[in-house]
Amino acid sequence: MRVPPKYAQVLAVALLGAATLLTLVVLVFIIVFVLTKGLPTVNAAFLFTVPRDMGRSGGILPTLIGTVLLPLLALVIALPLGVGTAVYLTEYTRESRVTRMLSFGADCLAGIPSIIFGLFGFIFFVVMLHMGWCLLAGGLTLAIMILPTIIRTSEEAIRAVPNAYREVSFSLGATRWETVLKVVLPNALPGIVTGIMLGIARCIGETAAVIFTAGSSLRMPTSVFDSVRTMSVHFYILAREGISSENAYGTAAVLVISVLAVNLVAYGLMHRFISRRTR
Amino acid sequence: MLVAFSALASLLLIAVFILKEGVPFFFKYGLGHFLFGLTWDPQAGQFGIYPMIVASLWVTLGAMAIGAPLGIAGAIFLNEFVPRSVLRVVKPTIELLAGIPSVVYGFLGVMVLAPFIRAHLGGPGLSILAASVILGIMVLPTVISISTDAIGAVPNSYREGALALGATRWQSVTLVTVKAARSGIIASIILAMGRALGETMAVIMVVGNAVKVPHSALDSARTLTANIALEMGYATGLHREALFATGVVLFVVIMLLNAMATSAIKAGGRRA
Repeated sequence: MRVPPKYAQVLAVALLGAATLLTLVVLVFIIVFVLTKGLPTVNAAFLFTVPRDMGRSGGILPTLIGTVLLPLLALVIALPLGVGTAVYLTEYTRESRVTRMLSFGADCLAGIPSIIFGLFGFIFFVVMLHMGWCLLAGGLTLAIMILPTIIRTSEEAIRAVPNAYREVSFSLGATRWETVLKVVLPNALPGIVTGIMLGIARCIGETAAVIFTAGSSLRMPTSVFDSVRTMSVHFYILAREGISSENAYGTAAVLVISVLAVNLVAYGLMHRFISRRTR
Repeated sequence: MLVAFSALASLLLIAVFILKEGVPFFFKYGLGHFLFGLTWDPQAGQFGIYPMIVASLWVTLGAMAIGAPLGIAGAIFLNEFVPRSVLRVVKPTIELLAGIPSVVYGFLGVMVLAPFIRAHLGGPGLSILAASVILGIMVLPTVISISTDAIGAVPNSYREGALALGATRWQSVTLVTVKAARSGIIASIILAMGRALGETMAVIMVVGNAVKVPHSALDSARTLTANIALEMGYATGLHREALFATGVVLFVVIMLLNAMATSAIKAGGRRA
């Protein structure tokens, strides 16, 4: 029997709509569930006291500090490299075999799963370079992990700067480097910041690459050679070892809020950037 | 501009070190024994990863069976059957959700999904099915985001042509739009597969981690990624080399998937 096209359409749209709704409901449910279960635990004392008894009671202060320091360190390393690569790809070369190879490298790097970054960081930074589990080893590993994000977003932001800006700068006698520094980068800044925020969000949420490079010490870090535990690692350990589901939910709520907030800022910036460009 | 080579250099460095640590093991232990050995017992010097390979395949395919249809349906619906303004709100929301840390997905799997499966379908709850559902949800943003871009890139004249010939909207979607956006949709699925295969922490939490060849979706199993992460903390000597060799297998498969996705996107770009 052949279904008339008109009914087929009604049926198909209903199914597609249901699927879309299901997707949205599930994703929103996850956030709402974590927040309703976790937020009652979260208060100033939870955020700003040290954990006691392996995290069974007390707060999450050291992991909060670890979660701030580790992405920052990764960023300090990845930002010059990433923006430098983007500037080189867009301002200093034409498309050639070399630039295609560099882009391909960045794309491949973006597809590597975090556990492989963890393995690499462990064997290279922790074992071979004798750093041990520490902030520095974690930061370097995460820097490599977010490098492709920074390169891609910076590249797009730089390409979106109108050529007329560069031509005016050149006509005033500026060198290419001066043009990059004073004209191109300031105009590409919102786009680059978007990449930074996305990179930070990825670092905050990362577990596998962090646990094998930065370790999971609950002590307060005093130097880059100290081991730290980030919120996501803390949450993983609390949840997996069944230490305290109450504190796990609380940590999860803080974690989800921070990641969403960082992502939201990134999207806000991107939106403003795009609307300014098209105006 | 040496910095420009940082990404490529990092990639090579990672490849070299993972291979250097893992590949010698292939020769020491025998590639066949490693890939097809049924027993993983580090204490006894048994390092067969066949059960893990099977588990990774099941979990990845399961995740695709859930994530791909839902994601593609969502992408089609949002592009073709609702006003643009809805797409402009919903798409960023979904991409925002891609940022939820994987451990949070895993935790929800443990607290909500596993008890549900145990109560209604039987088995231990922590199982291939639970991992597939969680990963299927996790890859949804990837599938929707890339498929939406691909479908959105199909020129409107194609749709208008189909509609002018008397096709319904649905016919124009199935006969024209989806075919034109095919390579982008395929790329989104391949990239999502890579993400599902490479996911570690969420999977460890929900898949149960028993080292045996799974016989049903309700069985507990251990994936390649879980195997590495669970034992890396304390492994030494040959055991550690075996874990790096597991990493090599994962690395190679994921690189192949990425290459496939890139060439699918390129093929689409050429045709358009």
